[in-house]
Amino acid sequence: MLRFLPHVVLAIGAAIMLLPFYWMALTSIRSPAEIFDISLWPIPETFSGGQNYAQAANTVPMARFMLNGVIVCSGILIVQVLTAVPAAYALAKLQFPGRRLLMALVIAALCVPMQALALPLFVGLAKANLLNTYFAQMAPFFLSVFAIFLFRQSFRSYPDEIIEAARMDGFTEMEICWRLVLRGSLPSLAAFSVFSVVAHWNDLYWPLIVVSDMAIAPPPLGMLFFSDVETGANYGALMAGAAMITAPMIVCFLLARRSFIAGITMTGVK
Amino acid sequence: MTLTATFEASARPPARSVPRGLVFVLPAVLLLLAIYIVPIIVLAGFSITDYRLGAMNWDFVGARNFTAAFADPVFIRALANTALYAAIVIPAGVFIALGIALLVYGRKSSRAFWETAYFLPVTATLVAMATVWQFLLHPSLGPVNTAITWAGFDPVSFLGNPALLIPTMALIGVWQVLGFNMVLFLAGLTAIPRDLHEAARIDGAKSPIDRFLTVTWPMLGPTTMFVVVTTSISAFKVFETVAVLTKGRSGSETLLYALYLEGFEYSNTGYAAALTLIFLAIVLILSIGQTLRMDRKVHY
Repeated sequence: MLRFLPHVVLAIGAAIMLLPFYWMALTSIRSPAEIFDISLWPIPETFSGGQNYAQAANTVPMARFMLNGVIVCSGILIVQVLTAVPAAYALAKLQFPGRRLLMALVIAALCVPMQALALPLFVGLAKANLLNTYFAQMAPFFLSVFAIFLFRQSFRSYPDEIIEAARMDGFTEMEICWRLVLRGSLPSLAAFSVFSVVAHWNDLYWPLIVVSDMAIAPPPLGMLFFSDVETGANYGALMAGAAMITAPMIVCFLLARRSFIAGITMTGVK
Repeated sequence: MTLTATFEASARPPARSVPRGLVFVLPAVLLLLAIYIVPIIVLAGFSITDYRLGAMNWDFVGARNFTAAFADPVFIRALANTALYAAIVIPAGVFIALGIALLVYGRKSSRAFWETAYFLPVTATLVAMATVWQFLLHPSLGPVNTAITWAGFDPVSFLGNPALLIPTMALIGVWQVLGFNMVLFLAGLTAIPRDLHEAARIDGAKSPIDRFLTVTWPMLGPTTMFVVVTTSISAFKVFETVAVLTKGRSGSETLLYALYLEGFEYSNTGYAAALTLIFLAIVLILSIGQTLRMDRKVHY
């Protein structure tokens, strides 16, 4: 009997952890009349999923929010990788003046949360008349010191002999960095990409500050707007909206569980 | 670096990397200046002025913003709320996660399933999930209160009773952080050599609890330290749940929410800069040990 105890404890815990997801999915397909039905039975009396999702998509531009999320997340990720990979390669494998100072700055910057930089960045963007642009949403995240740190640790283990041989063969330093060294660290790249996309898809703080135009709002800001409009009126549509916004990250997580967990773990224990 | 030196250097591969390295780090250095270094200097400058965004003129006020902050009942309440939030989230988020990790670690075939189940809240958009929690905790429509009344207690107004606002948000915070911490503990557990458990067993640590106390717990020390640090930093950054569930009503503002209101809703730039520096100081104090550890790892 004692053998099953861990499973029972884990199952009860998991049920609590997953209850919000279940409740969200269930309510999103229930009709408004069933909102007072607190049973957890998975099949609604009348299937109103279509109606709820349509209402969520029509009350606010839900598809637009999702598209904005894709634009902002991919813009951030591309620039982060383009700037962090060469810097990490130089810090790991090249000698140049100020290398130690730069490494110290990267580590110091790792401790500074984005929220501490928001005020001056906001004032700067406001002065430049750049509020309510995709650029404003992405700019503070163009440099990921975490990516530099992560890639540097990973690039260091790349064999110097191969780099030397490639130089002899006439590879440029850029080719060595992108085509050889980065290729040896694809798991780190995957983990970082996941980490970055999840962080920025879910971020509310910065968009709330620089975006007031709903046409360029990312999903969390759209959700906040939607829940303020919809307060208490129609839980089915509200839950349908929540489901639409959380679904992309949940699907990605289920597909790339290993990269996800690796990305999180690499933030520290390694 | 003169031109001739560059030419000479290009003849020998190792030295060629001198200017190359600088070219490679240049974009990162420029961004580091624009996103981190200049803003921090500007922030420090704002904090000693009475600048308001859009105002024509401003004055130096010295440390008056800081003295005003500690005399401001709203800010003090925000600090106290955040401390209460952290006091719930840190112990619960760390120790429950450790328990889950220990249980999950022992599973062989079902481990992936449990990992997925407990990690799911970490990846979900908190703004959307906070809306779901609001519904779950609804006094009459939510299943949580139905369960409470079914068990014979009075329904709890989680988001109505002002005294319960912060604990309720802390509950959601624990729910979100557990999976993250579990994964960190699992990584820590994997790093403990199996032989140590064997050795402890031979040395007389018969019960699993003895072996936990003599081997697992001490070996997990660095991991636990790291988990406590990351959990406390994320606790001091609580924002989304406040923005969705309370918007600071009934005195439930947290540090970051109060800062957000001053800086971006009321445009009290100078005052908000002082609050930001206080917030930054708290985060830096919490992360200093961790950073020194990372620094050692880099230079060894």
